[in-house]
Amino acid sequence: MLKKTPVIAALALACGLLGTPAQADETLRIGVIASYSGPYADYGRQFDAGIQLYLKEHGGKIAGKKVEIIKKDTAGPAPDAAKRFAQELIVRDKVSFITGLDFSPNAYALAPIVTQAKVPTVVMNASSSAITTSSPYIARVSFTVQQVSAPMATWLLKQGVKETYVVVADYASGTDAHTAFEQAFAMGGGKVVGSVRTPMNNPDFSAYVQRIKDAKPESVFFFFPSGVMPPAFLKAWKERGMEEAGIKLFATGEATDDSYLEATGDAALGLITSHHYSYAHKSEKNQKFVKDFYDTFGKSMRPSYFAITAYDGMAAIAGALQKTGGDVSGDKVMAALKGLQFESPRGPIEIDAATGDIVQTVYIRRTERVGGELVNVEFDQFDKVKDPAKAAK
Amino acid sequence: MGIVIFDGIAYGMLLFLIAVGLSVTMGLMSFVNLAHGAFAMIGGYAAVTAMNQFGLGFFPALVASFVAAALVGGVLEFTLYRRLYRAHPLDQVLLSIGLVFVSVAVFTYFFGPTIQAFSPPESLTGSMSLMGLEVGRYRLFLIVCGFAILAGLLLVLNRTRYGAMVRAAVDNQRVARGTGIHVQRLFFLTFAFGCGLAGLGGALSLGILGLEPSFALKYLIFFLIVVCVGGAGTIIGPFVAALLVGIVDVAGKYYLPELGAFLIYVFMVITLLVRPNGLIPRKGL
Repeated sequence: MLKKTPVIAALALACGLLGTPAQADETLRIGVIASYSGPYADYGRQFDAGIQLYLKEHGGKIAGKKVEIIKKDTAGPAPDAAKRFAQELIVRDKVSFITGLDFSPNAYALAPIVTQAKVPTVVMNASSSAITTSSPYIARVSFTVQQVSAPMATWLLKQGVKETYVVVADYASGTDAHTAFEQAFAMGGGKVVGSVRTPMNNPDFSAYVQRIKDAKPESVFFFFPSGVMPPAFLKAWKERGMEEAGIKLFATGEATDDSYLEATGDAALGLITSHHYSYAHKSEKNQKFVKDFYDTFGKSMRPSYFAITAYDGMAAIAGALQKTGGDVSGDKVMAALKGLQFESPRGPIEIDAATGDIVQTVYIRRTERVGGELVNVEFDQFDKVKDPAKAAK
Repeated sequence: MGIVIFDGIAYGMLLFLIAVGLSVTMGLMSFVNLAHGAFAMIGGYAAVTAMNQFGLGFFPALVASFVAAALVGGVLEFTLYRRLYRAHPLDQVLLSIGLVFVSVAVFTYFFGPTIQAFSPPESLTGSMSLMGLEVGRYRLFLIVCGFAILAGLLLVLNRTRYGAMVRAAVDNQRVARGTGIHVQRLFFLTFAFGCGLAGLGGALSLGILGLEPSFALKYLIFFLIVVCVGGAGTIIGPFVAALLVGIVDVAGKYYLPELGAFLIYVFMVITLLVRPNGLIPRKGL
């Protein structure tokens, strides 16, 4: 203790002399909590790619400091592990930011920790609405399930669709999608004629699809987490000739996630979805992003919405630190993050000054084959969409 | 109604096709082989690789899936499984579940964590009408395969010398050995054959299930249900059980979607309470 005091005093003096928070040659440590192994390892890979791409573009530095990324692997939804990792990152690694967070339960679990430690946390994917209200130190650059579900309802009404049948996976986000969609649809005079919640581990969708076929609704809206469920559902849909039966199908962008789209194959053709990012987005910034992505990581992996939010997460951290002049104290950074606006490869985005949640354009896309590969082609959009679950309050 | 039963039968056949290999390794050879799904996964990946990388057709790919899974099964039998035939079932569980996790990691490493693309041949896509029902061609194909494999297995086990030797060795190893049966080689072949069947089932499942590295773990519960409900050690038992499970599952999800997911577990519990050794237990149990 005695020995340390002069050092601290000297440091304080140095700060005073220079008149700036003289940490210019320090490293900025950022903790990333995500899934790097197990069935969801793709999420971690995509996060990593987005982060690396941002750092590469900016010479490995944010606000003039060398960035050190410390990765922690939760291998899927594991709230207890996420909480422990958050503690380790804060106490042992002394990180200035925590980010990553692919699963909502993980984000909720570390909320009390980051609140206590006042460590700014930037959510790169977890899409449960209340995450940003669970701590004043959490901001989000991804999306909420409600935010992408409700515009689909509005768009359907605009097309004159009056009736729909809702199919969701039976878990928290599925329920969120269902509620947000139904609310928006009912508000515009639409009617949900039926609904079904399928178990998460459901090998065969034939029974559900047959049930829908017999109910003969005008249209169907579905929400499944990206992965094996949407292709299985789409296969059953095609096989049963639902299109020929005149039933139109709509979904959120999870159904045609760029990571899985090629594997889903032609079953996805023509499907109309709503989401915040398609890698075929036509802006100059996105084309550069995609080109850099392929140049750096090869063509084996397509940038998905995980990569883009990771890239934006780094951009948000950089933007906030620019505003605070490099000061990493929790309250100042959060104040700077709120209201931050910048151009993302997906389009203009903003972190809501009131809620710390993302405000962005939600696109309506159709799955098409362009130049031999399946892509989500955007053809309509809703600007500045806020999280409807919070707007309602 | 008709279509629900048809779909149930098709789904049941899918379960049977994957689980029948487990009935051979776990039932006949009494080895608690939880790695069964991993062998099915090997078959699935072999088929996908054969089709997408080497441009083979679906049917040659099915052969490749059987061969690949049987080869890996044979190698593992020789190196690992053989040592644990007489071990406590818990040791067998530990070994085989360990193999599952290894396989998940290996496939993630080589093929990535995402699902594999698969498109069935033109002749098996879409639907056709059969006795007034619009049935999926692929599902019909599964049903045909199921019956073919059932018939083939019953023939081999009950009518051939090889089948008689397997039955003898399973019932009483010492006496079988005494009569000059090379039990070790027999078990090696049978195990590899069971794994081959798993691989074939895995490849056939491509049209319905998605193939990704967690396949081995994800569907394990369904294979176990089929073998336990059916009665380990027979072929006809798992067949009947798979059909019942398939029909109960599909009908439950169709008529009672709120309960649908649980019905097969209720069905399993009740069956095991009433018939603890399965619907059609092996003689002598």
